[in-house]
Amino acid sequence: MWTWFYRLASPPFVYRTAGALTPWFLGAAAAAIGYGAIAGLVFAPADYQQGDAFRIIYVHAPSAWLSLFAYTTLAVAGAIGLIWRIKMGHAVAAASAPIGASFTLSALITGSLWGRPMWGTYWAWDPRLTSELILLFLYVGVMSLRSAFEDPGRGDRAAALLAIVGVVNVPIIHYSVVWWNSLHQGATVAKIGKPAMPGNMLWPLLAMLLGFMCFYGAVLCMRLRGEVLHRERQAVWVREAMRS
Amino acid sequence: MGGYARFVWPCYAFVFGILAWNLWAAARYQAEARKRALRALAMRGEAQ
Repeated sequence: MWTWFYRLASPPFVYRTAGALTPWFLGAAAAAIGYGAIAGLVFAPADYQQGDAFRIIYVHAPSAWLSLFAYTTLAVAGAIGLIWRIKMGHAVAAASAPIGASFTLSALITGSLWGRPMWGTYWAWDPRLTSELILLFLYVGVMSLRSAFEDPGRGDRAAALLAIVGVVNVPIIHYSVVWWNSLHQGATVAKIGKPAMPGNMLWPLLAMLLGFMCFYGAVLCMRLRGEVLHRERQAVWVREAMRS
Repeated sequence: MGGYARFVWPCYAFVFGILAWNLWAAARYQAEARKRALRALAMRGEAQ
């Protein structure tokens, strides 16, 4: 029953598929981010309360969204590696961590630069900001733990365990603006019923979200190919691939 | 930018810098893994 699952997770299949998908993801990311950035900076009208400072949303929200998505991918892939002992699960987790960490840092920096004119401060120990900072520490912890062991298998398992425990922070980040009093604004796009934005502001944001997701797909595939080669460098199929 | 340029432009510059770094780092990681695999192949060839 599970044969297809193991076949999908075979290193040569993952290596080839990741290589084939990369240019498609990169092309889609360039188109969507190009449109989103130009439409967001030039054509979207200024917000009636925040003025032009609201344009930061077009890079801040996709960065924050990607920080959560990459962590969820990392935890799910780690769980797959841990439960089914599929090596490629750990490879996906290892590839996802640095990308997610960089976008978490990006969400924190852009949020801070947005907070200064809107809240009068670069940083506040607000539930959303604090939980996002904890996410950055979790990424750093997972990456450090993976490289702290001499035996890569033990490092993978330890990192997967920490990633799974840390995934509890993802819903905390998302619902922090609902559960606690927060300086941070509530949901804009993912509001049940109707998004809190008119179309000419919303479409560039959706394009940026899509573009960042495709970019994540492309970079994940590139890193995954490196990860597979590194882990399988003694395998026969790698020797044959290198010879050809 | 209605007086907010010093906040908006650095945000875009930082995020596009992060995008560029991710591409560069992933390409470098892939190239290094390839080099290591080729080195392993060469060492095996020498041993045989």
